[in-house]
Amino acid sequence: MRRILLESLLRRPVTDAAPKLDDAELAALAARIDVAARRRLGRSLAIREVDAGSCNGCELEINALQNAVYDLERFGLRFVASPRHADVLMVTGPVTKNMRIALERTYEATPAPKWVVAVGDCAVSGGLFAGSYACVGPASAVVPVSLAIPGCPPTPTAMLKGLLTLLRS
Amino acid sequence: MTPLAALIDTDRAADPESRWPRVMVDADTWLDIAAQLGAGGWTLVGLWADGQRVHMAVADDAPRPAVAVVSLDAEDGAYPSVGRYHPAAIRLERALRDLCGLRPEGMPDPRPWLDHGAWGVNAPLAGSRGEPAPSVPEGYTFLRVDGEDLHEIPVGPVHAGVIEPGHFRFTVDGETVVRLEQRLGYTHKGLESLLAGSTLDHAARLAGRASGDSTVAWALAFAHAAEAACGVAPPPRAVWLRALMAELERMANHFGDVGGVCNDASFGILNAHCGVLRERVLRAAASCFGHRLMMDRVVPGGVAVDLEDSGIITLRGLLKEIHRRLPQIAELYDQTTSLQDRTVSTGILRPALAQRFGAGGHVGRASGRDFDTRRDLPYPPYEQLRFTVPVQTEGDVNARVWVRIREIDQCVGMIEQMLALLPDSPIRVPVDAAAGALREGMAMVESFRGDVLVWLRLDASGTVARCHLRDPSWFQWPLLEAAIEGNIVADFPICNKSFNCSYSGHDL
Ligand code: SF4
Repeated sequence: MRRILLESLLRRPVTDAAPKLDDAELAALAARIDVAARRRLGRSLAIREVDAGSCNGCELEINALQNAVYDLERFGLRFVASPRHADVLMVTGPVTKNMRIALERTYEATPAPKWVVAVGDCAVSGGLFAGSYACVGPASAVVPVSLAIPGCPPTPTAMLKGLLTLLRS
Repeated sequence: MTPLAALIDTDRAADPESRWPRVMVDADTWLDIAAQLGAGGWTLVGLWADGQRVHMAVADDAPRPAVAVVSLDAEDGAYPSVGRYHPAAIRLERALRDLCGLRPEGMPDPRPWLDHGAWGVNAPLAGSRGEPAPSVPEGYTFLRVDGEDLHEIPVGPVHAGVIEPGHFRFTVDGETVVRLEQRLGYTHKGLESLLAGSTLDHAARLAGRASGDSTVAWALAFAHAAEAACGVAPPPRAVWLRALMAELERMANHFGDVGGVCNDASFGILNAHCGVLRERVLRAAASCFGHRLMMDRVVPGGVAVDLEDSGIITLRGLLKEIHRRLPQIAELYDQTTSLQDRTVSTGILRPALAQRFGAGGHVGRASGRDFDTRRDLPYPPYEQLRFTVPVQTEGDVNARVWVRIREIDQCVGMIEQMLALLPDSPIRVPVDAAAGALREGMAMVESFRGDVLVWLRLDASGTVARCHLRDPSWFQWPLLEAAIEGNIVADFPICNKSFNCSYSGHDL
């Protein structure tokens, strides 16, 4: 244990620099969120993740946000265990019909003001599962979506950029 | 015990040359096989339907591991239940009825499984037989537990962590779990219906999303099945690159799981270190193959991207780092008594149960089931690689962690060999989906979680007529119910993580 701690102390930090929000991208993302919402969020966000039927690829990359390399918490962003503590819901998956009620209830349990981020092609558009008898389709068909982060799955960097855009006014 | 070959005359198979011969049987032979499964002679590896025909894949260990498929035509939409004799088949039969509408006659559990009554269709895979009316009643009856001072704790489908959805119904006596009953199906996306009617290339993308964490293994199994159906062989370099990706995927997942188990024991430092190594693997994958999880990189006919020389250098650097760091991680895990206190003798899965259910991957191998498709039902290039299959017998969380740590070590060795032996050739050959006499293909591939199975039938024009995917989780989820019994509720997360079954792969 001591050796690992000592090595970690002496090594350069493994954490990446904050991603650059290049203007075009920022503008494109910002255009999709309403300004009033962003102002009210302040500089810290509590995030509740809701898997609405994903293939679990998106969850792997959301989990990666919490590793030492992306270190989400340094930006004031953190995952919470209950929707009742959350400002933001990150929704993944093509909203299966079997998860529809659970997603609606999670949304209702989240105190206002609240924002929904659709993460991954499935949640953004239904992805490859669009049109299935078992899926509702995009998250926006069930709950109001403020921000869409496409990708299959989106990289942690893409997610981080999206979340930081939510934070910056 | 009768060997499988004696009961099933493989010479009569439609495809006697195939590694996975399939024979039609009558109801009596079907029942004989079900009884043999129940008696523990063979292992059930799959049970699915195609129209009115039920297929059952069975594995036999002796004289050497072999798998055969038996098929039975259902009469009046019913067939003799296998689950009646062999509990590992029960959930498969419930799902089969929900999706295909075929009734398992004599099955002890009549409840639906994947169908929660929300689809608006009955038996979606049955084609014309599906009607646009919900057949499943509202609500779901959990098994009754009687006893003084017992109470129930319902958990999910939305869980506290960043994990997939499913429902767990605990019955507890004080802090001790008396029974866990799972209810799954929340992530059912209708994958097999989407597969039907797809082109091979589109179907490969869909199969690669059965369970995102094993996307390489799923795409590989699908490619094997498609290539068997069309009579095509992938070029040598593609074969090696596929295995290389599969081993990278295995390492990345095992790092995630080892860290995750430690995190559930509140030992964050190991999670941090494992998380960094997992990230290194994913970044190497992205720089070598253009996608962190390597989705859509394995395709029917070969692979979609080649490995450049710069990629080989990247991978050598990665292996060097893991080689140096893995012993440190193993040592810290082994010498932290507070952590060992949580993992040793927690969530014990008895070897007899693992054997009976044919549990694959770390779940089976931590409980003495010495089986790995890479060695026992080998596909190239694994016959040419030196590796061992780590097996433990304790069956607790600790054993499942150690199997993973030791498997990572094996992955490092295998990737080193692959980089040294990587042949030169094109990376992809065209696959004519309308060619080939057989039109049917099957494959089993070792994912990080255990053996995945793909069965595929093509129609004359080369589109998918029926494709069935069976995730290893089918034979692991029920065992988690057994392993948690007698443990405290607070140990459920760590047990669950040590199994790490896939919800999506199971629900499809
Ligand atoms: S967007 Fe891709 S990775 Fe995410 S859930 Fe959908 S298929 Fe899986």
